Amino acid sequence: MANKILVFIEQRDGQIKKSSLEAAKVASDFATKLSGSAEALTIGNEISNLNSLGGYGIGKVTHLKNSDLANYSPSAYTELITKFVNDNGFDILFFGNTSLGKDLAPRLSAKIDAGLAMDCTALNFENGEIIATRPVYAGKAMADLKITSIKKIFSLRPNVFNPGTASGNKAEINLVNVEAPNLNVKVTDIKKAEGKLDVAEADIIVSGGRGLKGPEHFHLVEELASVLGAATGASRAAVDAGWRPHGEQVGQTGKTVSPTLYIALGISGAIQHLAGMRSSKYIVAINKDKDAPIFQVADYGIVGDLFEVVPVLTEEIKKIKS
Amino acid sequence: MKIAVCVSHVPDTAAKINIGSDGKTIDPNGVTYVVNPYDEFAIEEALKTKEKLGGETVAISLGSDANKETLRKALAMGIDNAVLLKDGGYRDSLSVAKALADEIKAQGAELVFFGKQSVDYDNSAVGQITAELLGYNCVSVAVSFALDGNKITCEREIEGGKEIVETTLPALITAQKGLNEPRYASLKGIMAAKKKEIAEKSPAAATNFTEVIAMKRPPSKQAGKILGSDATVVPELVRLLREEAKVI
Repeated sequence: MANKILVFIEQRDGQIKKSSLEAAKVASDFATKLSGSAEALTIGNEISNLNSLGGYGIGKVTHLKNSDLANYSPSAYTELITKFVNDNGFDILFFGNTSLGKDLAPRLSAKIDAGLAMDCTALNFENGEIIATRPVYAGKAMADLKITSIKKIFSLRPNVFNPGTASGNKAEINLVNVEAPNLNVKVTDIKKAEGKLDVAEADIIVSGGRGLKGPEHFHLVEELASVLGAATGASRAAVDAGWRPHGEQVGQTGKTVSPTLYIALGISGAIQHLAGMRSSKYIVAINKDKDAPIFQVADYGIVGDLFEVVPVLTEEIKKIKS
Repeated sequence: MKIAVCVSHVPDTAAKINIGSDGKTIDPNGVTYVVNPYDEFAIEEALKTKEKLGGETVAISLGSDANKETLRKALAMGIDNAVLLKDGGYRDSLSVAKALADEIKAQGAELVFFGKQSVDYDNSAVGQITAELLGYNCVSVAVSFALDGNKITCEREIEGGKEIVETTLPALITAQKGLNEPRYASLKGIMAAKKKEIAEKSPAAATNFTEVIAMKRPPSKQAGKILGSDATVVPELVRLLREEAKVI
């Protein structure tokens, strides 16, 4: 078995996504373990710093370039990657489990007949095989999965695999101009939520729930998030009440997150919410009700009135940050 | 136009999950199963599209007899016909998609709706795989959908914003919360659904490319320290976050 490994590098606005660096490091580590090789593939128009992938163990990166490919096109990306994988005989593909990776990896699985392990939070190497661990039932259980087909695709949850510090190595760039990509499905525009950090990508999340008592009090969440450089999240109760947009919902029918720090304000911790955030490294809960289930998963809790505690917390953090 | 909607039957999000005695599946005892929450948005979008443009709707589900409950719910909401692809054992995403693609082709559906993921295995994969197998255009995680003649425009949720995606029929769309407000089944709908026949078919045998070797509980999280009950403990909290957790 040759074990040719390919990592897909995602770019947005010509910048490499952090989740792709994480995937690149995993790909090169497994190339070493499997005595194989790891290359990278990216698709886009102008992309900065591609040679920096060398710092994560990638020797060569192929850039498929066309101005119509600056934004994602599911049809074009699928066709181009399928051809690249088939022409070059890759067996193992790694993706970041981002909105793009989640859309793309399954399509490739159909095209190249590869078994699929999505949203992996751990990959272990046992008896010469890769065993993927992934949360199921929104993290209420963990499944260990083995891919039995020759070709394999692993999509890695962002923020879980540490890419470490880059070495000074530079990757060789293989630039290929693409003619007439298949734009049957095409992104024509992107509407950005102004200045908002997404909960799925954030290192720190400050979330608010029903305890905020109304949308007019969410400035407490936003102010604390702002001093921490954090994303704002919300419980399902707050979203269903129309207080916050659905994109902020954390939990089983919202986003499953694993930030370094999760601060829950006025969130009781319904089972579907806990499922979505319990894998956070550190959890802080501020809630009036001492019996709230959120305290069972919190590292640090304050059983008190968030309206009194949160402004003080925001001020304290502002002090140490300045 | 024929519109298909694929639905799955999953544990309620409020359900507590225990590991089964085989150590590879969950214990279904005491678990209530419901229509996959994202599939309700898919059903609603199929109904809205039919109401606007006419045509016929069919709901398809792969699984055991228990899935009939979810198909009945789709019928009660207003879906015209239902098909159960009867199959018991484990199927991975690719194997589920193959069975669904066969049936969608047999139905001749030009427009297909899925939920963006089933809240059991959480792969977010079956919709996109099915589309590729059918050769249909596909937009996943749609929060808006508009069909004008042959042309489809969707908004698709991404990190920190939305992509505007354009494509054409035949197409498969996977639904995200926010796409619409699913209707409640009317009493009349519920009564009518009870009388409707659910077609049963046998899908092609599973060809799995993955194997679950173990199912475990997530690493348990120890309840931590309650620091106090008012703002006087805030400096202590900040100190712990800086010195013990080293996160700020």
